[in-house]
Amino acid sequence: MTDSKYFTTTKKGEIFELKAELNSDKKEKKKEAVKKVIASMTVGKDVSALFPDVVNCMQTDNLELKKLVYLYLMNYAKSQPDMAIMAVNTFVKDCEDPNPLIRALAVRTMGCIRVDKITEYLCEPLRKCLKDEDPYVRKTAAVCVAKLHDINAQLVEDQGFLDTLKDLISDSNPMVVANAVAALSEIAESHPSSNLLDLNPQSINKLLTALNECTEWGQIFILDCLANYTPKDDREAQSICERVTPRLSHANSAVVLSAVKVLMKFMEMLSKDLDYYGTLLKKLAPPLVTLLSAEPELQYVALRNINLIVQKRPEILKHEMKVFFVKYNDPIYVKLEKLDIMIRLASQANIAQVLAELKEYATEVDVDFVRKAVRAIGRCAIKVEQSAERCVSTLLDLIQTKVNYVVQEAIVVIKDIFRKYPNKYESVIATLCENLDSLDEPEARAAMIWIVGEYAERIDNADELLESFLEGFHDESTQVQLQLLTAIVKLFLKKPTETQELVQQVLSLATQDSDNPDLRDRGYIYWRLLSTDPVAAKEVVLAEKPLISEETDLIEPTLLDELICYIGTLASVYHKPPSAFVEGGRGVVHKSLPPRTASSESTESPETAPAGAPPGEQLDVIPTQGDLLGDLLNLDLGPPVSGPPLATSSVQMGAVDLLGSGLDSLIGTPNFVSPPATAVPANLGAPMGSGLSDLFDLASGVGTLSGSYVAPKAVWLPAMKAKGLEISGTFTRQVGSISMDLQLTNKALQVMTDFAIQFNRNSFGLAPAAPLQVHAPLSPNQTVEISLPLNTVGSVMKMEPLNNLQVAVKNNIDVFYFSTLYPLHILFVEDGKMDRQMFLATWKDIPNENEAQFQIRDCPLNAAVPEVPSTGGVPARVPGLRDHPQELRPHPASAPAFHQPRRGAPWEVAAPPSPGRGRARLLAPTGFPGPDSRACPGPRDTPVLENPLFPLLLMFSVR
Amino acid sequence: MIHSLFLINSSGDIFLEKHWKSVVSRSVCDYFFEAQERATEAENVPPVISTPHHYLLSVYRHKIFFVAVIQTEVPPLFVIEFLHRVVDTFQDYFGVCSEPVIKDNVVVVYEVLEEMLDNGFPLATESNILKELIKPPTILRTVVNTITGSTNVGDQLPTGQLSVVPWRRTGVKYTNNEAYFDVIEEIDAIIDKSGSTITAEIQGVIDACVKLTGMPDLTLSFMNPRLLDDVSFHPCVRFKRWESERILSFIPPDGNFRLLSYHVSAQNLVAIPVYVKHNISFRDSSSLGRFEITVGPKQTMGKTIEGVTLSSQMPRGVLNMSLTPSQGTHTFDPVTKVGE
Repeated sequence: MTDSKYFTTTKKGEIFELKAELNSDKKEKKKEAVKKVIASMTVGKDVSALFPDVVNCMQTDNLELKKLVYLYLMNYAKSQPDMAIMAVNTFVKDCEDPNPLIRALAVRTMGCIRVDKITEYLCEPLRKCLKDEDPYVRKTAAVCVAKLHDINAQLVEDQGFLDTLKDLISDSNPMVVANAVAALSEIAESHPSSNLLDLNPQSINKLLTALNECTEWGQIFILDCLANYTPKDDREAQSICERVTPRLSHANSAVVLSAVKVLMKFMEMLSKDLDYYGTLLKKLAPPLVTLLSAEPELQYVALRNINLIVQKRPEILKHEMKVFFVKYNDPIYVKLEKLDIMIRLASQANIAQVLAELKEYATEVDVDFVRKAVRAIGRCAIKVEQSAERCVSTLLDLIQTKVNYVVQEAIVVIKDIFRKYPNKYESVIATLCENLDSLDEPEARAAMIWIVGEYAERIDNADELLESFLEGFHDESTQVQLQLLTAIVKLFLKKPTETQELVQQVLSLATQDSDNPDLRDRGYIYWRLLSTDPVAAKEVVLAEKPLISEETDLIEPTLLDELICYIGTLASVYHKPPSAFVEGGRGVVHKSLPPRTASSESTESPETAPAGAPPGEQLDVIPTQGDLLGDLLNLDLGPPVSGPPLATSSVQMGAVDLLGSGLDSLIGTPNFVSPPATAVPANLGAPMGSGLSDLFDLASGVGTLSGSYVAPKAVWLPAMKAKGLEISGTFTRQVGSISMDLQLTNKALQVMTDFAIQFNRNSFGLAPAAPLQVHAPLSPNQTVEISLPLNTVGSVMKMEPLNNLQVAVKNNIDVFYFSTLYPLHILFVEDGKMDRQMFLATWKDIPNENEAQFQIRDCPLNAAVPEVPSTGGVPARVPGLRDHPQELRPHPASAPAFHQPRRGAPWEVAAPPSPGRGRARLLAPTGFPGPDSRACPGPRDTPVLENPLFPLLLMFSVR
Repeated sequence: MIHSLFLINSSGDIFLEKHWKSVVSRSVCDYFFEAQERATEAENVPPVISTPHHYLLSVYRHKIFFVAVIQTEVPPLFVIEFLHRVVDTFQDYFGVCSEPVIKDNVVVVYEVLEEMLDNGFPLATESNILKELIKPPTILRTVVNTITGSTNVGDQLPTGQLSVVPWRRTGVKYTNNEAYFDVIEEIDAIIDKSGSTITAEIQGVIDACVKLTGMPDLTLSFMNPRLLDDVSFHPCVRFKRWESERILSFIPPDGNFRLLSYHVSAQNLVAIPVYVKHNISFRDSSSLGRFEITVGPKQTMGKTIEGVTLSSQMPRGVLNMSLTPSQGTHTFDPVTKVGE
């Protein structure tokens, strides 16, 4: 006869049948019925309808029946609170029973009935039970206080149960003490502010005495409670440690780990010179090792904690490497944890063993595990310098296996090895390149591209390799795109002759065809760098990079110290402070390690150590995926800075600051020095700054001028259309004169001679100031660079768009026509300053019809111009250019500037630093066909005018 | 503390639930099922799973998942250790711990669980005490109970519960006083191709079955106690005495218990009683290979070696194997890829 029979009733009216049985006169039948009810309950069946009938069975001498009814009550009282009241009388009566077992049972069950009305009746019996002569009842009652507190905290406080509970800590019976501590801990956890567990040396002493005698679970509670205590000096700490140490030999792993926690925490206070300190360290190792022979679930938790301990005190387990070797039948979660600890313990002494193991793991079947093993080999190489060579050869062996994911992981880690030991293992690149085609994961591709770019000069076909990646540029992930951009720029700087086309291609892909702002911005930065000053670009892009440091993904020291206080808890499993994941509402007290008291140790204690550590330390950690972008940006920009060393933060902020300072230089006020401007690399100077300022403008596709800034050469006339003549060029303005820089390339097979050039009429009367002079005949595959001086005296015709220029080039073969857009800024004079009076006079001269007035809305002024206190609407009056407001492109050197928006806001305005009013001026050539021809005043009144240009007046007012 | 316990069989049915505090809906187990699906094998289900409001800690034993639900910061080891204790108790009570047995004894299971934990605090986990509170079902007792109408719930407070020796009840009487000790050692060794040991360490336990009258005080001394690297004792062992004299002195619990477990590390030369040699060869251009293992006794100071089993985990790629033992029987399970 087994209990399974209770499940078998499947007839209709089961509940009804049970009801009848419950009300039967026969005790036996009653009991069987209750058992059936309980059985249904255990599998989640709803039998709450039987509540009154079951409660009726409560009044019985049969203990088993009583227990079963109690079980039922606990489950269903909540759903039938009114009925539950019926049970109260029996409970109160049972609490007076001569048998302590029944007294305890009653008080225990009452606490579990989570009905407010019942709790009121519970107080009196509970008070009695807390003072019961039988310790079994007392210890049950102690837990009951915690239960009651959970249901109605206010009631417990009002009734003074907390004080009674505190008194129980001094109880003569260790089990009562343990339960009181457990109850108090639980209450304290939900009310962190209450000072419930106010420990003093006397109570600590009592706890330590109880520790030796109570049950294993009680020991856990007491140890956890001890860990919250901070001894007043190292002597007290030592004496507590001495009394806790025997717990390390307990069979219950939770006791062991709680003891380890107490010891780890109090060790902080002990002087390292003490003999005892060394003994303690030695004693800690064996129990930790033993934990690893327990069940896998226990192992997992233990390993997570050992991971913390190893980081805090590696000396404890440094000789125990072998126990962390993975067993073939370990569950995967244990394997991964062991691997992590192995790397942390790897040192010169044991690296050979570790590598041999890792190599074995890399041939396992489980993909995740294999990946991690390969990665571990790389981390070993970075951590233990002497082993790097062996690690690399191991990795090469693994690449030879041609297992796809192994190869990819290996390439990712080899990249890190290169970053740690530059110029040491380049011989392996050839092997890596062989596997190029098999790479399909972004991380591996990005790593490979980085390697190719970094060592481009040693890879003969680097351009081909990179070009092959470029084909599917748009399908790559951002990570790969960014790397590809950087790598090609690196390649270009190393082999400029062969790769010009490639770099143009990638820059235009990155800047024009990409939606990714990061990619675009990086593209612009490179573009500007390359076109402004290739030498500087070289210094920036090919700068020596800081080595990555050996310790990877370490837990941050302060967090580690906090986590050490949470050894054995969930926090230690997740490696997060409890505040990060414990249910909200319940505040969490931050725990911290006690400071070491011995002053001689001050330099070694973790509290003071960071002060002496180099500030850059944390920067060198291998960046995670997310950081890669920012990291690369920093790597490329940071190093060439000369002069005052940068603060770490300003390097981190690099991109933002550069933009900021670019703006400042654009505003061009001499007395304004912005603090972040220091982030601009000093040796790049102004061109760099202004180059960056132009980032804003470039979004429209056309560059603006700033001093020596020249837009990169664009191909105006492809060779295919001009029988082999390729013309690329750009416009520049230097010290008051405009010139067109042309690059003529002969891609045909015959020699070209007799070049001539002519411009069609255009909006601003641009014309060549001198004939095109190509002195020698242009032989096949030859390139000449010519600077053609221009003036603005040509005939004027309004073009669409305004800055369109149609050019005809003639040579001995044919005449070719092409058109290009010239940047308006080449027309602006350097000194556009105007006297106030003159400005107003000029302003008045312009007829009102020529005035365009519009409101600039939503311009993010405070970001761009910190001096403008408010971000209001900015009305701008732009006379004369009503139809072409978007063409406004003032000289950056003259104070305010309009910018095409980068994204979002319709206009960006850089206003002068003084709040209030500002003005800007544009100069345009005479005869400019404005919307109204009357609006074209002559050059009569402005001394700053160059040639027959007419003034374009801008007035800003900032509210 | 421990809120609830769910027992889940390998096909994913919850066949028992027990709540010690307020009732936690069994839907919380969905998170567990998710993790179970992700893990390819039952052994690989992570032991700690976090859900938005609860944490699920589980152990997998006897093809049953024991899933504990907790809500606050509780030492996970404490929970896992407790779950293992629950399994041990079931095994002790019913002989085996399996789904049908638990279902057969569901009321006893429920009573036992109720005694083991109160409001999430462990109450009585010692098998001896539990057995006094709730008597394990035996055929005889069931018969007696049906005839006399008595119950299998003890109505006396267990005597050991509060004494200084909580593990032992008073008034134990035996006609034959006997005590047995089993030393079980598990050697973890890595043996290279030539048969020499690379590393070997011993994980050992001493299990005892003591049936002695009264309150016996026993001592046990070892030939070479220094060998034992790390020991963990049953609470009955007097630790002070071990520290000073390396002698085990204890008042034993009644019946079966684990006296101590110990560890002999690789630093001490561990002698392995057998020698093992292996050889793997693959035939080129075919998917066949040959794997030979030779096992034989070493000198063992006159002790014989019995019951040698050899089991070998084959990689997943292995489809089948034909075994030809020189002695004994053999099996191959194509599912777990274990050849024996």
